[in-house]
Amino acid sequence: MSKKRLATVWLGGCSGCHMSFLDLDERLLDLAELADVCYTPIADVKEFPHNVDITLVEGAVANEDHLRDAKKIRERSGILVAFGDCAITGNVTALRNLFNVEDVLSRAYRDSMIVGGVPEGDGIVPKLLEKVLRLQDVVAVDYFLPGCPPPADVIFQFVVDLIGGKTPAVTGRKFGS
Amino acid sequence: MSVRTLEVDGRTITAMADQTIFSAAWDNGIRIPRLCHLGGLPDAAACRLCLVEIEGQKRLQSACTTKVAEDMVVRTDTPALQAHRKLIIELLFAERNHVCSVCVVNGACELQTLAAELGVDHIRMKPQYPKLPVDVSHHRFGIDHNRCILCTRCVRVCDSVEGAHTWDVAGRGRNSLIISDLGEPWGESASCTSCGKCVQVCPTGALFSKGKTVAEMRKDRSFLQYIVTAREKRLWIAERKPR
Repeated sequence: MSKKRLATVWLGGCSGCHMSFLDLDERLLDLAELADVCYTPIADVKEFPHNVDITLVEGAVANEDHLRDAKKIRERSGILVAFGDCAITGNVTALRNLFNVEDVLSRAYRDSMIVGGVPEGDGIVPKLLEKVLRLQDVVAVDYFLPGCPPPADVIFQFVVDLIGGKTPAVTGRKFGS
Repeated sequence: MSVRTLEVDGRTITAMADQTIFSAAWDNGIRIPRLCHLGGLPDAAACRLCLVEIEGQKRLQSACTTKVAEDMVVRTDTPALQAHRKLIIELLFAERNHVCSVCVVNGACELQTLAAELGVDHIRMKPQYPKLPVDVSHHRFGIDHNRCILCTRCVRVCDSVEGAHTWDVAGRGRNSLIISDLGEPWGESASCTSCGKCVQVCPTGALFSKGKTVAEMRKDRSFLQYIVTAREKRLWIAERKPR
């Protein structure tokens, strides 16, 4: 039997979930034995591949690139996991939903003495969505792994269960914490 | 006081006639989930998490406000009740802006803990993102309405234990808001004694002590036990000396 193909993706999050993923330490080697890690921000792969068995998505959907990528990732993945609080609830990324997007940009760029203006033009920075969306708002999600971030031990058990074709036994995980 | 015998989750238990189902179950080690009940405070049945099934009754009843009865048969943890409770927790999360990761009580919040215990790993309904005020006009404490679940523990402890009745609920439904006095900033409240009991009984980070940052605040309710015990033993009633 060929190895399961595993991917991890970083959308609108702080990368903390991936830092926690890196905290697997030497278990990353065990994971590489169990699965073919075919796409992840910690490796230099440009294009999200086809036929991925399991994909962990960190972060909320905050801009047009995230929206496009989330849909592509969903199409190309068998099992999609909302990985961490931002993907699940919007979390810190969605704090800006209390304001309108123009005010947020003004606060960050126009009112700032350092930057002096919102960067504009194609291909410079992706346009922010009016509201930050949760992963489940834009694509079907198969599993949710709460935590800000989920601890490495939990990630490992969760992923190993999925690779083994089982429903993850991890339950009772808190948001935040 | 007479005794009642009833069945809770298949177990036969006895309770005093004036006890609630919640309290009788608690005495027998049966823990019914709740966010608004707190031992020592009068009950309000505000959170609806302690709803139980009583045989012969179509409607669910709140265990915290329903008295025990002879031969009553109560179920506290059926799949239907579990589903209801999950739904209630999700609605609470969707209704206001709960961001556990940046909250003062992250790791020690009753809402956060209960959500995990009930297996809530995502919120099915759309978050509402309401615009809500944060009042930090009080010199020692603050109230962040984004994190308030309207359990009214603060209202009840202020009224029935401290005797000040600074807090109350204004508005209805999703527009309900905890207010101090008649809606003045907390710091300008004439009735608030700054005792801090409301802060300690609050199940979430809605009421907090100033100077605490993310995950730093832990609520201390030992005063309530002390007050309830003293009240039951009538420690404050001076014994009248016989003339």
